[in-house]
Amino acid sequence: MRLVVDLNKCQGYAQCAFLAPDVFALHGEESLVYNPNAPEEQRERLARAVAACPVQAILADGLDDLAGEPGSGSGREASDGR
Amino acid sequence: MAADYMDWLRREGRIVIVGASLAGLRAAETLRAEGFAGELTLIGDEPYEPYDRPPLSKSVLLGMASPHRTELPHRLDIDAKWRLGVPATGLDLTAKRVKLADGDEVQYDRLLIATGVRARPWPKEDEARLTGVCVLRTRDDAADLYQRLKAGPRRVFVIGAGFAGSEIASACREMGIPVTVAERAGAPLVGALGGVIGAVAADLQTEHGVDLRTHVTVTSLEGDSVGRVRAVHLSDESVVEADVVVVSLGSQRNTEWLTGSGLGAGPRGIACDAGCRAFDFRGIVTDDVFVAGDVARSPHALFGYQFLSLEHWGNAVAQAETAAHNMICRGADRRPHLWMPAFWSSMFGVNIKSVGVPPMGDQLMITQGSPAERRFVGVYGYQGRVIAAVSFDNTRWLEFYARQIERGAPFPVEYPTVDRRPENRQPVAADFPDPSLPTHGPTVTLSGYSPADQQLVFHPARH
Repeated sequence: MRLVVDLNKCQGYAQCAFLAPDVFALHGEESLVYNPNAPEEQRERLARAVAACPVQAILADGLDDLAGEPGSGSGREASDGR
Repeated sequence: MAADYMDWLRREGRIVIVGASLAGLRAAETLRAEGFAGELTLIGDEPYEPYDRPPLSKSVLLGMASPHRTELPHRLDIDAKWRLGVPATGLDLTAKRVKLADGDEVQYDRLLIATGVRARPWPKEDEARLTGVCVLRTRDDAADLYQRLKAGPRRVFVIGAGFAGSEIASACREMGIPVTVAERAGAPLVGALGGVIGAVAADLQTEHGVDLRTHVTVTSLEGDSVGRVRAVHLSDESVVEADVVVVSLGSQRNTEWLTGSGLGAGPRGIACDAGCRAFDFRGIVTDDVFVAGDVARSPHALFGYQFLSLEHWGNAVAQAETAAHNMICRGADRRPHLWMPAFWSSMFGVNIKSVGVPPMGDQLMITQGSPAERRFVGVYGYQGRVIAAVSFDNTRWLEFYARQIERGAPFPVEYPTVDRRPENRQPVAADFPDPSLPTHGPTVTLSGYSPADQQLVFHPARH
């Protein structure tokens, strides 16, 4: 599963690093490093991390059960509605 | 009439995006999200679908991610024709055609140029060809460099102590590899953050065992009998043996393909108005050609209407969204690109972030924390107002300073430092190098002039 973190938004709350430690890690006090391609078995943990981020900085592919993902709903309708 | 054209364009027009990286992808998604139902083509010179670059110098070099697996997640299905691995080689503005390297031509009704930048290569071509001489910009570069680092070189030599060079040096130290960094200026990061902050960055490097050489330039790279790099010669006549040399001298804008097109494009990028419409070489704005991302230069009301070119991840996203919106809406519905510049970097375990335009600042004041603890906020002042802020491991304050910059808040700051430190209460010179001297290059380039230097109150568009 692909993911990207908007590190301008990230404020190092580290919720993701607690919830999905194999995908996200803090490097030092507040630098976040992450694997932009999380293995499939991390799906549930990744979904929790996306949902828990206080600044909503994580965008991930293929977590369709998450309603809050920016842009998904209306955009898909627009492109499918041709 | 114009309204009819816009309806037609949105329904069945052809939009071509040249540049299939972050800006190109986010623009394509915005076009679809806002109802563009016509034909969409993305052209990219690399054979890969859009991938993210910041991890290449961070999690990839730290072994936490594969250089081949940093593709960007998609916000939605963009239903586009992809022309990947084929660079655009020319543009015919009159016939509205993009020429491709394979001889093909692609017709457009509206065009978005997001061709970005590339790594500036080592200028001496025979030396640049030596095995072990690398740059870091693309995923192929990252894969190559990672392999070389994993092979356990005796020493890595980094030419240029900008953000990329410093991040590479940091990764080397983490892997236990001896590393030398050479910088023409007096400290790392001076082009982006000035000499005061640069001195903090220099201490960080030396504390972590980097052999940092400043006020020197590399005069030549020496190869062995089989064409591998073996030593680096410096302007102070010292010689450093190294089997990997990373050339980290900033970037060059990908505008050569537009030479002769009539567009206002050159080594400093493509000039555009605040609505992302490109200027032609006469300074007249075009109707059908838009620009976004690292290759664009656009005027910013908050920074004296200077044309800013920002090599920032967040700028690529925001400008792509604005450009895409403006491409498919009527004049009155267009938005200006007035993004608050912001970037991040991470090196030696420290998170460095910034808002605003530090190189505009002539003075600096530490308002939180202490540089000695590597945990602080520095505020930059320009003509009596707050113009930028930088944080070392103090991210949560930046939002506050972004608002201060938007308001044109006075500098020196009027409040006592929040944590009431006795030190650094006075502003000092920010100590940026003369911008006419070549360095590894700041990530923000200022050009143009201010028509009015009066203080302004800025109300950013929230959308």
